[in-house]
Amino acid sequence: MLTVSGLTMRFGGLLAADNLSFQANKGDITAVIGPNGAGKTTVFNCVTGFYRPTAGTIVLTHPDGSVFPLQRMQGHRIAAAAKVARTFQNIRLFAGMTVLENLLVAQHNTLMAATGFGVLAVFGIGRYRKAEAAGMEKARFWLDATGLTARADDPAGALPYGAQRRLEIARAMCIDPVLLCLDEPAAGLNPRESDELNRLLLRIRDGGCSLLLIEHDMGVVMRISDHIVVLDHGKKIGDGTPAAIRSDPAVIAAYLGEGDEDEDRA
Amino acid sequence: MTALRDAFVSALVALGLFGPLVGLVAASGEHGLSLHVRPVATAVVVGLVFLGRLLIVSWRGRNRRPIAKTNRARTERLSRTGQYIAPVLLIAAVALPFTGSRYYIDLGTLVLTYIMLGWGLNIVVGLAGLLDLGYVAFYAVGAYSYALLATTFGLGFWTCLPLAGILAALWGVMLGFPVLRLRGDYLAIVTLAFGEIIRIVLINWVSLTNGPNGIGGIPRPTLFGLAFSMDGGPGTFGGFFHIEPAVIQRIDFLYYVILGLALLTNWVSLRLRRLPLGRAWEALREDEVACRSLGINVRNTKLTAFGIGALFGGFAGAFFATRQAFISPESFTFIESATVLAIVVLGGLGSQLGVALAAIVMVGGLEALRDGLSFLGDQMNSPIFAGIASELPLYRMLIFGLALVVMMVLRPRGLVSGRTPGVALTKPKAIGPDLVAEGRG
Repeated sequence: MLTVSGLTMRFGGLLAADNLSFQANKGDITAVIGPNGAGKTTVFNCVTGFYRPTAGTIVLTHPDGSVFPLQRMQGHRIAAAAKVARTFQNIRLFAGMTVLENLLVAQHNTLMAATGFGVLAVFGIGRYRKAEAAGMEKARFWLDATGLTARADDPAGALPYGAQRRLEIARAMCIDPVLLCLDEPAAGLNPRESDELNRLLLRIRDGGCSLLLIEHDMGVVMRISDHIVVLDHGKKIGDGTPAAIRSDPAVIAAYLGEGDEDEDRA
Repeated sequence: MTALRDAFVSALVALGLFGPLVGLVAASGEHGLSLHVRPVATAVVVGLVFLGRLLIVSWRGRNRRPIAKTNRARTERLSRTGQYIAPVLLIAAVALPFTGSRYYIDLGTLVLTYIMLGWGLNIVVGLAGLLDLGYVAFYAVGAYSYALLATTFGLGFWTCLPLAGILAALWGVMLGFPVLRLRGDYLAIVTLAFGEIIRIVLINWVSLTNGPNGIGGIPRPTLFGLAFSMDGGPGTFGGFFHIEPAVIQRIDFLYYVILGLALLTNWVSLRLRRLPLGRAWEALREDEVACRSLGINVRNTKLTAFGIGALFGGFAGAFFATRQAFISPESFTFIESATVLAIVVLGGLGSQLGVALAAIVMVGGLEALRDGLSFLGDQMNSPIFAGIASELPLYRMLIFGLALVVMMVLRPRGLVSGRTPGVALTKPKAIGPDLVAEGRG
C-alpha cells in the first residue's frame, strides 16, 4: 500500500529522518510513535507533500493498482489525485466558515468539476445542482458519523476542542482518501472523547481506508493499531505488532532512557 | 476621576502638538516674514481635545460588555436589517434619475462606479484575503483598452466592454503569477508597484497612449445602435422615439449602464460565493495550508480571484472612459486604489451591502459635506467668522478623516462585518467577525 524506502530529510545540519524504510499495509491502522523530536511529523510532512524529501522514495499503490510516487508529486495533487488526506497537530479548520462549509470545501475538486469551468454554474445551468446535492449527502454522512449534525450551521471556530478534532477528521474523509494520515488526533482529548475517537477510527478503517497515525497516547495506539513503527532521532528502532513493540528492549530504552548504548560502553 | 486625569494628560499632549502647529502663524508682511500668535485658536483646539477625551473615557467606562457576544448579536441584527436596506437602496438607485437633477445623477454615476470597483476589489481582498493596493491598474487597463480599440478600430462600446474586461483579467492573472508566494505586506508592496508601473507606462509610451496628453474623442455608448446625439436624426435616440433630444437623456442612460454593470458585479459575486470557487477563496483566506491538504490548487484559485476581480475593474474602466470621453494617466493614480480599498475596508471585508454603504458615505458623503459646509459658511455673516466662513469647505477632508478614524475605532472590522454562509443544512446563521479571518495574503 504505502512503501517508504530510504527516506532521508535534512534541514541544514539536522538529520530529521535518516534512511527510513517502512510499510503501511492496506486496511491497517499503522501507528508511528517515538519520543519528542524523533521525526514523526517530518515523515508525515514528506508523505503528505508538505516537505520534499532529500532522498528516498514514498510510493503509494491504490487498491486498483495505480501507483503514485508521492515524493515527486505537487502538494495539492497528493490529496487530489493520490487521495492522501491528513489532519494537523494544531487543528487547522476554516474557523470563520460553518461546519458544513468546511466539509464542502473538502469536496472542492469534485464539485468544481461539475461547474463547467465555473461559468455554467454561475448561470444556474449544467449538472452542478446534482453534484451539490451529492456533496451535501456525503457531508451529512460524515456529520452523522462524527456526531456533529446538530452543529452543522455553526462556525467551526466556535466548536469545543474535541468536536474540532472530529470535524478535522470528517473534513479529511470528505476527499474520499485511500490513506488518512492523522497527526496526534487524541491530543487534548479526555478519556471519553478518546474512546469515541477510537471507535471512529476503527469505523474508518473498516470502511476500507488505511490509516497512518502519529500518537503519543499509548492507550489509543495499543488498542487500535495493527502495526507500529517506532522512531528515535530520525531512525527506525522498532517495527511490528503492538504486542511485539511492547516487549522490544530498544523501544523501552528509547522511551525510558535506560540502557543507552553510549553509557553501556562507557 | 481617572477620566479627568486622562483628559488632562491628553490636553497637555494636544497643547504640545498644536501649540506650534496652530498657535504660531508665519505671515509675510512688509518687512519679510513675521510671527503671529493665536492663543484663542489654540485654546479652542486643546479644549476640544480635553472634552472629547473626557467623553470617550466616561462613555467607555459605562459600556463594558463581553465583546464576542455583542459582535455576534450585532452581526445578526445587521444581517436582518440588511435584508431591508438592500431593496430600499436598489429602489432609490433605480428612481434617482427621475429627480431630473443633473447634479444628483452625475454624483450617482460616480458613486455607482466606486461601488462597482469596491465590489470587484472585494473579491480579491474580502473573499480571497489578498491585499491588493494596485487595483487602479485594472481600471486603467479597462479604460485604455476601450479608448484605444474605439479610436483606432472604430469599435463600439458594447463590443469593447467584454474585450476590456478580458484584457484587464489577463493583466490580473499576469500580476497574480509573480505574487503567488508573497503574503501580507510584501504582497501589498508588489501590487502597489504594479499599479504605478501601469500608470508610468501609460505616461511614457507616447506612440500608443499619447502620453500625458491622454486620449480624447472616445465614443459614447449607444442604446441598441441608437446614438444620443443632439441632431435628432433618424439613427439617434431622440429621432427614433420622436422626442426632443436633450443632454439629460445621455446622462440618464450612462447612469443606468453603470447601475446595470454594478448589479452584474454584485450578482456574479453573490453567485460565486455559493459555488465551490467562492468557497475555495474564502477557505484560502481562512487557511492556505489546510486548503492544500484538501487538494485545492492554491495557485489557480488565487489567480482566478485576481482575474475575476480585475475583470470587473476593467468593465468599470471601460465605462469610465466612455463617460468621460477623455482619459489620461492622471485619472489612475494611487489615490484611486486607496479610495477603493478604503471603501472595502470601511464597508467590511467580504460584505456586499457594507461596500455599497461605504461607497455612498465615502464618495457621496464627502460631496454632501462640502455642500453642507459651504451652506454653513454662507450663513456665518458675523465679522467674528470673517476668516473662516469662506474657507469652511476646505476643512471637509479634515472632518472626513476624523470621521473615518472614529469609525475604525468603534467598528474595527467595518460597517457590516462578519459573514453569512451561502449554504446551510437548516437555516443560515450569521457568523461574528471575531471568528472570520482577515487573510494575510
